[in-house]
Amino acid sequence: MQPGVAPAPVEPIKVAGPADPKKRKLRFRGSDRARLDQKEPWIGWIFSAPAVLGLVVFLVIPIIAAVWVSFRDWNGLTSIFDSDPVGLANYRELLIDDGVRRTDFAISLRNNFYYVAGVVPAQTILAFVIAVVLNQKFLKGKGFFRTAYYFPSITSSIAVTLIFVFLFQTNGAINQVLPIQDIDWLDNPRGLIHNFLGVLGVEDGPAFLTDNEFMGLEYWDWLAGPSVAMVAFMMLVTWTTAGTLMLIFLAGLQNISPSVEEAAIVDGAGPVQRFFRITIPLMRPTIFFVVTLGLIGTWQVFDQIYAGSGGDPRKTTLTPAYLIYVQAFTNSKAGLAGAIAVILFVIIMFFTVVNRKVIRDTGDL
Amino acid sequence: MVATAKTSKRALQSSSMSRESGPKAIAKRLVGYVVLTFFALVFIMPFVLSAATAFKTLPDIQANPVSLVADPAFGGWTTEGIEDLNSSRVNLPRWTLNSVIVTVAVVLLRITFASLAGYALARMRFPGRGWIFALVLAVQAVPGIVLAVPRFMVMKELGIINTYVGMILPLAFDAFGIFLMKQFFEQLPRELEEAAALDGASTFGTFRFVMLPLAAPGLIALTILSTQGTWNEFLHILIARIGNPDLTTLPVGLAGLTAAFGQAQPWNTITAGALITIIPIAIVFFVFQRYFVQGTAASAIKG
Repeated sequence: MQPGVAPAPVEPIKVAGPADPKKRKLRFRGSDRARLDQKEPWIGWIFSAPAVLGLVVFLVIPIIAAVWVSFRDWNGLTSIFDSDPVGLANYRELLIDDGVRRTDFAISLRNNFYYVAGVVPAQTILAFVIAVVLNQKFLKGKGFFRTAYYFPSITSSIAVTLIFVFLFQTNGAINQVLPIQDIDWLDNPRGLIHNFLGVLGVEDGPAFLTDNEFMGLEYWDWLAGPSVAMVAFMMLVTWTTAGTLMLIFLAGLQNISPSVEEAAIVDGAGPVQRFFRITIPLMRPTIFFVVTLGLIGTWQVFDQIYAGSGGDPRKTTLTPAYLIYVQAFTNSKAGLAGAIAVILFVIIMFFTVVNRKVIRDTGDL
Repeated sequence: MVATAKTSKRALQSSSMSRESGPKAIAKRLVGYVVLTFFALVFIMPFVLSAATAFKTLPDIQANPVSLVADPAFGGWTTEGIEDLNSSRVNLPRWTLNSVIVTVAVVLLRITFASLAGYALARMRFPGRGWIFALVLAVQAVPGIVLAVPRFMVMKELGIINTYVGMILPLAFDAFGIFLMKQFFEQLPRELEEAAALDGASTFGTFRFVMLPLAAPGLIALTILSTQGTWNEFLHILIARIGNPDLTTLPVGLAGLTAAFGQAQPWNTITAGALITIIPIAIVFFVFQRYFVQGTAASAIKG
C-alpha cells in the first residue's frame, strides 16, 4: 500500500534487543501493527507460492481447459496438442446428431434427473427429521446415536457400494427383511412410473408419447421414472449422505436461541405449530445450504455407479458423470467427454440458481 | 384458553424439561428412543452383517444371507474369504501399501502448503492477497467430475500419469485446507507474534515455532479430514493410474472386485475387502470424532 514506508520498520525489528530501550518503545506505537503486516511484502508471496502454484496447475488450468478440450477431437491417448479443433462437433454429437452417443447422453440425463429428484428431498428430509429428534432436550445418549448416524458418511463410497450390492442381491438381506415379494433390485430396468402405470393396466404408452422423441429417446421413455436398480442406488446414497447433512442441521438447530422457542410456548403455540412457524423459517438458510450441497453432489454421482452397476441394467443407471469416464477412458473420446462435462456443469449451475430463487421467493424472510 | 394455561405451565417447566415426568412425558421419550434406535439399526446393521459375512462360507451366505452367526452345517466360521484377498486376482497387501503411501504423502504435503498459505492469508498484507483468497474460494465451487478430463490432460502433458507423483500431487493442493488454516490462524492473538518479533524471531521462525504449535487443533483437524478424504479418494486415483495395476489403491482395487469375479460373487471376500478399507478410517473416526464434527460445521459456515 505504501511502498516507501515498507523497508523502514524492518531495521528496528531485526536489531531488536533488550539492551536498547529506546527502540523497544518505538515498537509499541499505534502504527506498529500495520508495519508488522507490511514488512517485506514478498514474504507473503513466498508463503503462498507453493499453494498458489499447485492450485493454478491442478485446478485453475483444468477449469479453463475444460471448455477448450470440449472443442477438440482429442482421444485422450496422445498429447492434446496433436488433436484437431472440431468446433462444436462434440456438442452436436451429444445434442443434435442422431446416434448412440446422443441417445446414451439423453438416457444418462433422464436417469440422473430422477435420481436427483428422489435423493435430494429424501436425504434432506431424513437428515432434518433425525436432527430435530436428536435436538430434543428430553432425550439422553444422543452422542451415541449421532455417531451411529454419521458413521456411514465417513466410510469409503466404494466399500459401502459393495456392501449394498451384497444386501440388494435377489436372495439378499433387503429382500429377506422386507415383508414383500422378492425383487431383483439390481437387475431390474423397469422404471417406477412405468411400473405404477402397469399396475393400473397401462403397459404401452399412448401413440403421442411413443411416436415422438427428444434427443433420440421417446417421450414415453423420458417418463419412465428411475429404474428399480436406480432406486437401490438412491437408497444407498440417501443412507450415506444423511449423516453429514444431519450434522449440518444439528449445528443450525443449536443456533436457534431457546428463548424464541420459550416465547412461542408462552404464546400458546403447540409443537406442530412451533415446528412449521419457528423451526423451519429459522432454518431456511441451512436448508438452502443442504439442498445446494445435495444438488451439486447428486448430479455428479460416479463412484457408486462405477463399482455397483457400470450403468446396467439396460443403461438405466448410466449417469453423465459415468458417461464422461466411459467416453474419455474406455472409448477414447476425451473431447466428447469434455463436452459432457461442460454441459453437466451448466446443469449443476442452473439447478443451484433455481434452488436459490425458489428458497428465497417462498420465504417471508 | 385452557390450552394457554396448560402451555404456560409447560413453559415454566421448560428449564427442567429433562426431568419431566408423568405418563405423557414417558410416552414421548419412549417414542423418541424407538425412532432413534430404529435409525441406528438402519445405519449400523449393514456393517455388522458384512462383518459376519466376511467370516462365513459361500454356501452359508447363500443359505442364510441375514444371519449374524455362521451355520456349522455349512462349515461354521471360516477365514477362507479373507485368505482370498491375497491371490492372483486380488492383491490386497499391495493395494493397502499404495493407499498408505498416497495418504501419508498427501496429508504431509497438504498440511505444509495449507498452513503456509493459510498463515500468509490470515496475517500478512501483501499485494495480490485478495486475489489469492478469491482463488481459494472460487476453485472450491467447481464440481470435481467436471475437471476429471482436463486435469487428466494437465497430468498427461506433465508426464505424471501412472506415477505416484500424479496420484499424490493434485490431491496435495486443497483449497478447503487453506481456508481452514486461515480461520485457525485468525483466531490466535496477535500479541504473540509481536512478542516473537521483539525477541528477534524471523517471520518464518515466528510461524514455525510460535504460531504453528498454537494452531495444532487446526492441524489435527486438517490431518484427520485429509486422511479420511485421501484414503477414500476414488475418481482421481482411478484416472491417475489408469494403466498401471501396481499403483492400485484399496478403493480402486475394491471397485474392480465384482467385475474380477464375474457371475459367482465371493461375498465373504468382497465384504472382507470392504471392511478392511473401512476399518482404519473407522478407528480414526472413533478416536477423533469431534474433529470430523468441527470440519463439517466449518464447511457449513463457509457456505
